[in-house]
Amino acid sequence: MKIDIILAGVGGQGILSIASIIGYAAVKKGLYMKQAEVHGMSQRGGDVQSHFRLADYEISSDLIPLGKADLIISVEPMEALRYLPWLSADGWLITNNQPFVNIPNYPDEELIKKEIDNLPHSLMINADQIAKDLGSERSANMVILGAASPYLQMDFEALENAVSEVFAKKGDDVVALNLACLNAGRTYAMEQIR
Amino acid sequence: MSKLLLLGDEAIAQAALDAGLSGVYAYPGTPSTEITEFIQHSKQAAEGNVHHIWATNEKTAMESAIGMSYAGKRALVCMKHVGLNVAADPFMNSAITGANGGLVVLVADDPSMHSSQDEQDSRFYAKFAMIPCFEPSNQQEAYDMTYDAFDFSEKYKIPVMLRVTTRLAHSRAGVERKTIRPQNEIRLHPNPKQFILLPGNARVYYKELLDKQTHFVAESETSTYNKLIDGPNKSLGIIASGIGYNYVKENFIDTPCPYPILKITQYPLPTEKIAQLLDECDAVLVAEEGYPIIEEQLRGLLNRTGNIKGRMDGTLPRTGELNPNHLAKALGIKEVHGPAIPEIVVGRPPALCFACPHIDSYNALNEAMAPYGKGKVFSDIGCYTLGALPPYNAIYSTVDMGASITMAKGAADSGLLPAVAVIGDSTFTHSGMTSLLDAVYENTPITVLILDNNTTGMTGGQDSHALGRIGNICKGLGVEEEHIRIIKPLKNQHEQNVQIISEEIAYQGVSVIIPTRECVQTLSRRMKAKKQHML
Ligand SMILES: Cc1ncc(C[n+]2csc(CCOP(=O)(O)OP(=O)(O)O)c2C)c(N)n1
Ligand code: SF4
Repeated sequence: MKIDIILAGVGGQGILSIASIIGYAAVKKGLYMKQAEVHGMSQRGGDVQSHFRLADYEISSDLIPLGKADLIISVEPMEALRYLPWLSADGWLITNNQPFVNIPNYPDEELIKKEIDNLPHSLMINADQIAKDLGSERSANMVILGAASPYLQMDFEALENAVSEVFAKKGDDVVALNLACLNAGRTYAMEQIR
Repeated sequence: MSKLLLLGDEAIAQAALDAGLSGVYAYPGTPSTEITEFIQHSKQAAEGNVHHIWATNEKTAMESAIGMSYAGKRALVCMKHVGLNVAADPFMNSAITGANGGLVVLVADDPSMHSSQDEQDSRFYAKFAMIPCFEPSNQQEAYDMTYDAFDFSEKYKIPVMLRVTTRLAHSRAGVERKTIRPQNEIRLHPNPKQFILLPGNARVYYKELLDKQTHFVAESETSTYNKLIDGPNKSLGIIASGIGYNYVKENFIDTPCPYPILKITQYPLPTEKIAQLLDECDAVLVAEEGYPIIEEQLRGLLNRTGNIKGRMDGTLPRTGELNPNHLAKALGIKEVHGPAIPEIVVGRPPALCFACPHIDSYNALNEAMAPYGKGKVFSDIGCYTLGALPPYNAIYSTVDMGASITMAKGAADSGLLPAVAVIGDSTFTHSGMTSLLDAVYENTPITVLILDNNTTGMTGGQDSHALGRIGNICKGLGVEEEHIRIIKPLKNQHEQNVQIISEEIAYQGVSVIIPTRECVQTLSRRMKAKKQHML
């Protein structure tokens, strides 16, 4: 068993907390894991990505080869497209549909949506709105993780436990909010799948 | 013991602590910063009273580490690759003094220049200094090699280099720890003259260093970190160093690699093992993360055999970091690609944060400089380097830390006036102070803006040694008090700031302007911590 994920977003959007939740759950399961992160210059509002690899055998490369990613999980729609060369033929792209515009030449949103819709396996979700309705836009990344959860080959309960553990330090309210976001994302994805 | 999920950097820090470290000395620099930060946050380090405060620059860090080694304790010094240029003097000479307590020099290289101005390969420095070098291929090896490097250093009384690259430094994986070893007691070197490098002594110890080389090669030959893995197809042999090894292996997950592979992660090079591979195989592919240092040695100046493949003959790209696809191509393995990146996708370069104080400084500076035309502002390395990009287009140079002031001086000396330097507070104490003294000494007409955001912003907001001291440092260096001007970079002070900058640019001597306002990132972090504290 192996699962290779590209996590994408803009510096400061919190893609690493998505990684730490999946990582926590994976390590509990006794899987091997490698996760290449981006630190440094790009974190100042530039494009950031993380190569996240899980397997039941020892993983060699910290980087995922092109065309081998099972999933692209993105917190930003244009950023999702930047990593398409990594997506495998039957891989899924799960992304927030809310653009993060910090450049003057950001492309037309409709064109981005069209590109994503043209892919054989993609799912867009308004994670910002769902998270806002539940209490805080800052938890949009958990909505996206929830939406990606059906494709993770992992029990949902393990993810819920990981959210509880990882956010425990921040108090019960934060845990509850993030769990609600995770569940809302999953519910949305399950409806789309049906 | 259960595995810890650690970045390569964190694995190194944990290993150093477990190996009985007494002090880490470092100046921040991507991708090495997280090593020292891990030690700063470690309970184990606090309990053991392990030194962990940032140094002013890499040279002071290296020298402090040599001092700790002199006293018999184990010291780790960490820096990014270009930091070793700054520390090169003590580094080179430490090979001749040798070490007493274990001395490990961690250098993190940045192939592909993710956050750097070059992609120099520190293995050259290890070879230059003639010291052993470990180059871990994964997080577990990063741990094990750090742990072993201290023993190696004490066994041969020699500083040891640990060389990592960005990918390993910033990638996380499970790591198993070893037993914790106590710190050393203070004990002086058996030969106290070792550290007095008067020419008469230095000649003796240089000879000793040369004599140690055969031992180092013998260690590399028998080390489990260098292994020759046989394969049936001898038409090609592969030499893979550091994480280059992983990219080879990634291409043989389902089928075993048919070619013999020599994995090299400990230097000096194991010559016998290399000879064996070369004798057995028709050609050899060299996969190394960084400059083609092994490849160049195997080819020789004349490339007589013509059977060495790698970065120099185009089998692998000449620049940048490797990846599994580069190796697939080099080995003739079929690759798959996902869909191409749609044309509508545009670049998203890094930018100054919203409300960053540097924005207001550049807006004021640009207006003050408008009458003089372009090309007269020299700058340095930090968040403010982003002032080179639109919409500011405010600066015209970024070479190395501290260069802004001295380049402005050289330009002024040549008659290019007015000459202005823009430097950050941490960069100023790192290596701008001596530059300023040069200008003061000659009363060169330059204006220096020291952007004081109270922190080392670029690398994540570490404390700046300049905090609360910049005005006094400038005064102490001899800048006239009336030409040290402190301004507040805020929108509502814009007119006044333009006025002050214009006045000082017009002044025909050394003037310093210190725009002072905290980095918004460290400010919000501080506020959050305060709120949490009050709850
Ligand atoms: C010799 C060397 N050491 C370290 C670095 C990494 N580095 C780049 S900028 C910087 C510090 C910048 O701090 P400061 O000058 O205060 O500017 P700020 O980023 O806060 O604007 C560091 C440590 C480097 N590029 N070169
Ligand atoms: S981290 Fe601080 S200094 Fe750097 S761009 Fe952001 S606000 Fe400015």
